[in-house]
Amino acid sequence: MKKAIVFKNVRKNYKQLKAVDGISLSIEQGEFFGLLGPNGAGKSTLINMMAGLVKPTGGSISVMGFDVNKEYQEARHSVGIVPQELVFDPFFNVREMLRFQAGYFGKDKSNDKWVDEVIERLDLTDKSSTNMRALSGGMKRRALIAQALVHRPPVIVLDEPTAGVDVELRQKLWGFIKELNNEGHTIVLTTHYLEEAETLCNRVAMMKSGKIVALDSTKNLLKEFSLKNLKVRLQKNNIKKIAALLKGATFEQEGDWCTFKLKKVSDASSIIEKLNALKIQILDLQLIESDLENIFLKLTSKN
Amino acid sequence: MNTLRDQLIGTWTLLKKELLRFWRVAFQTVAAPVITGILYLLIFSQVLGDRLEVYDGVNYLVFLIPGLIMMSLLQNSFSNSSSSLIQAKIMGNIVFLLLTPLSYLQLFFAFLIAAIVRGMFVGVCIYLIAMFYVDLPVEHPWFVFIFAFCGGGLMGAFGMIAGIWATRFDQMAAFGNFVIMPLSMLSGVFYSIHSLPQMWQNISHFNPFFYMIDGFRYGFFGQSDTSPYLSLLIVVSFFIILSFITIRMLKSGYKLRN
Repeated sequence: MKKAIVFKNVRKNYKQLKAVDGISLSIEQGEFFGLLGPNGAGKSTLINMMAGLVKPTGGSISVMGFDVNKEYQEARHSVGIVPQELVFDPFFNVREMLRFQAGYFGKDKSNDKWVDEVIERLDLTDKSSTNMRALSGGMKRRALIAQALVHRPPVIVLDEPTAGVDVELRQKLWGFIKELNNEGHTIVLTTHYLEEAETLCNRVAMMKSGKIVALDSTKNLLKEFSLKNLKVRLQKNNIKKIAALLKGATFEQEGDWCTFKLKKVSDASSIIEKLNALKIQILDLQLIESDLENIFLKLTSKN
Repeated sequence: MNTLRDQLIGTWTLLKKELLRFWRVAFQTVAAPVITGILYLLIFSQVLGDRLEVYDGVNYLVFLIPGLIMMSLLQNSFSNSSSSLIQAKIMGNIVFLLLTPLSYLQLFFAFLIAAIVRGMFVGVCIYLIAMFYVDLPVEHPWFVFIFAFCGGGLMGAFGMIAGIWATRFDQMAAFGNFVIMPLSMLSGVFYSIHSLPQMWQNISHFNPFFYMIDGFRYGFFGQSDTSPYLSLLIVVSFFIILSFITIRMLKSGYKLRN
């Protein structure tokens, strides 16, 4: 089966700045892929090169087997991109704008039924005759997503689609995007909401300074980079004692809470056993697993 | 995958959108230039109407009308493509075109035809209103059409170049105020260049607007300041050169695809 997207040694330089620095990456059909990274990591540049909005300095990109430069028409038929900025054409209403967008892809009137379906599924029916200028930010965001879907692309790329969107709408949008993924669409998502990437994405790439610093399934990344911490609450006078008594254990103190960094889960029971043996009373206890955000911060803060 | 049918639908869709875009604001894009043209006509006809005869048997008011029609046509063809592109670039919605499979030639032809249509529409409106005032002969209708088409196309292409090049509205305004307006005002719309001193006559021959207006006027009166075939050659040449530059800019993605 053809790969949905393939990046081969993709580079983009802006004078001295290496915005994207030799990225190679394949995304399978049907994947829900997350592209994470701090501002300026090169995520949007990478997506814009795939969309043909920015010309790469080197390397090649293909979408559904079509080179985005040499076979740009076929490649663009295969992908729907939701841009980060809330851009719109102020002359037209939602339905007109969607029909024009479909028309640019060679879709005639027979596609209008699908346009109406997209409008309905994105809860835009009441606003379909409203001029784009008059829509709220959330509605404009829905219209942008609808615009990326009107030509029925197999690959959908969402560049920070939930930035500035309220929680309720965000949930609705994710529900809809998940449905599309279940229907077989490949989804590529860039987001700052790591919780979302953790919940939605099968696989994640983390970028920093134009490079990929981690690439794996979300599950594996969590497993590989996970930091399990044991937090125990002790009486303050006991805290001073344990540093000397528990030799080799590293911990941080915050108030009457001590946080032990564990190499493996079984370390927790040995710490508890030692505290019991020393007759130090445990007032409260928590086992904390790191999430994608911890991993992200850890990886992107590395020099 | 991207069939000829897809391409035709794509080009037609963009053309339709461009036509609708100016029609939605017809008060600004059609009514305003028509009123301006008519005001010129009223003022000059009151001041100079029957006192001047520019060509044999052609009084000043009749002489003025083709020039005014052509000037409005040229200015509006330029405005259509240039304003559409600069607005889309500044608003950011140019991205909706750049993400599509539309080729540089499809973009070129859709913007070009829309510019010609708007220019011609404004010209026809001025002509129809002028017919209430004077009896305007049309000696060579094909010359009228070919100069209107090529002039509109030339300015549509020039508008695309300006729209692609400019990154701010003031840069675009500079094109209008410092290039289009002086060249059209000094092109012989309001006078025959034979009434100018020799030096200014010579300078006028370097103004492409002069040939567009003179050739267009020939279509009405069968008389002109210079050979209509020379005018046609120059206008068609400029049309081809500007189209070539525009197509190159669109193909390379200059100032569009970063």
